[in-house]
Amino acid sequence: MTAAPGRTGVLAQAREQVLDRGEGLSQEQVLAVLRLPDEHLPDLLALAHEVRMRWCGPEVEVEGIVSLKTGGCPEDCHFCSQSGRFPSPVRSAWLDIPGLVKAARQTVETGATEFCIVAAVRGPDSRLLSQVREGIDAIRADGNDIRIACSLGMLTREQVDELVAMGVHRYNHNLETARSHFPAVVTTHSWEERWETLRMVAAAGMEVCCGGIIGMGETVEQRAEFAVQLAELRPHEVPVNFLIPQPGTPYEDFDIVEGRDALRTVAAFRLAMPRTMLRFAGGRELTLGDLGAEQGMLGGINAIIVGNYLTNLGRPARQDLDMLRDLRMPVKALSETL
Amino acid sequence: MTAPFCVHCGRAADDGEHAPCRTSRTALEPPRFCAACARRMVVQVTPMGWDARCSRHGAYTSEETG
Repeated sequence: MTAAPGRTGVLAQAREQVLDRGEGLSQEQVLAVLRLPDEHLPDLLALAHEVRMRWCGPEVEVEGIVSLKTGGCPEDCHFCSQSGRFPSPVRSAWLDIPGLVKAARQTVETGATEFCIVAAVRGPDSRLLSQVREGIDAIRADGNDIRIACSLGMLTREQVDELVAMGVHRYNHNLETARSHFPAVVTTHSWEERWETLRMVAAAGMEVCCGGIIGMGETVEQRAEFAVQLAELRPHEVPVNFLIPQPGTPYEDFDIVEGRDALRTVAAFRLAMPRTMLRFAGGRELTLGDLGAEQGMLGGINAIIVGNYLTNLGRPARQDLDMLRDLRMPVKALSETL
Repeated sequence: MTAPFCVHCGRAADDGEHAPCRTSRTALEPPRFCAACARRMVVQVTPMGWDARCSRHGAYTSEETG
């Protein structure tokens, strides 16, 4: 077991342990990173960038996402405007197949290699899975050369196999937050139920995409706990979201995560998971702004969602692609993922 | 002409200052209420835009409104 480091000693430890040997930080070490004073933030981000370049390389994976089924979700995830249990202004909507194909085409045109089809459900029923299958076939028939991921909630073993048969190569199912904090965020299902879906996804050979949302009232200790719980899962990809307080939800009056805390968290996650794809996702525009987005890309991030999110707008995709060009970070090509 | 209703909260546009509707958060939010009648709209966000549909006044898109 690694001894708990001092405040500044953790950077020296991380350099030797993570950068040189590729071993992620322990929970105590992640906590020490998250407690680093602001004056150490530039050094922390520089180290996280070195780790990313060393163990992941310079490429950035670009992804677009779309909501196939919006709103009306029976679950009570307190951050989510799509829960049917809260008086949010978001109304239920289904995207038709031509709309899904158009969204995939728009994503391809950005140079993205990933397109994720998302539905606000507890888990898919046969109708939803049929629509996903029809949608994937239509996206392929339209000539879109892109990999397709899905995020459809909790799955049964049979549904995992169905998605594999459809050619879905990666499945997103976020744990959202630390296990100890989860009951304060969701009461209609458990953290363990989510974990079970992820276990089945990995066992079926699909890539596991699993992250969460920072800023839901978790303590700094719980952020460290979450980082190592994600690391234990050995996910292919971890999307990092920052809470966007949604009107009508229990978290509507929560504060936006402070930019320096957001960057510290990104770097800490990189040091906990040196080889994992770490993706900038929702809330980065609000929490970090343009300058912060660049700092994040230079602080451990190596993947981004471009364009809009499921119910919120992002910054224009062109702006992110220009940023990557200016930072001399090549967009990962489809051939590199095959 | 100013639209009669706020697309973010559905209240009359001249009902107060609407400060919560003009934040950095709402800048990242598609319209949720019809500006003509305040009905809650069905909104679809897509990777590069959005479509919103009012049951009385029809469709609005990001292409039209910029």
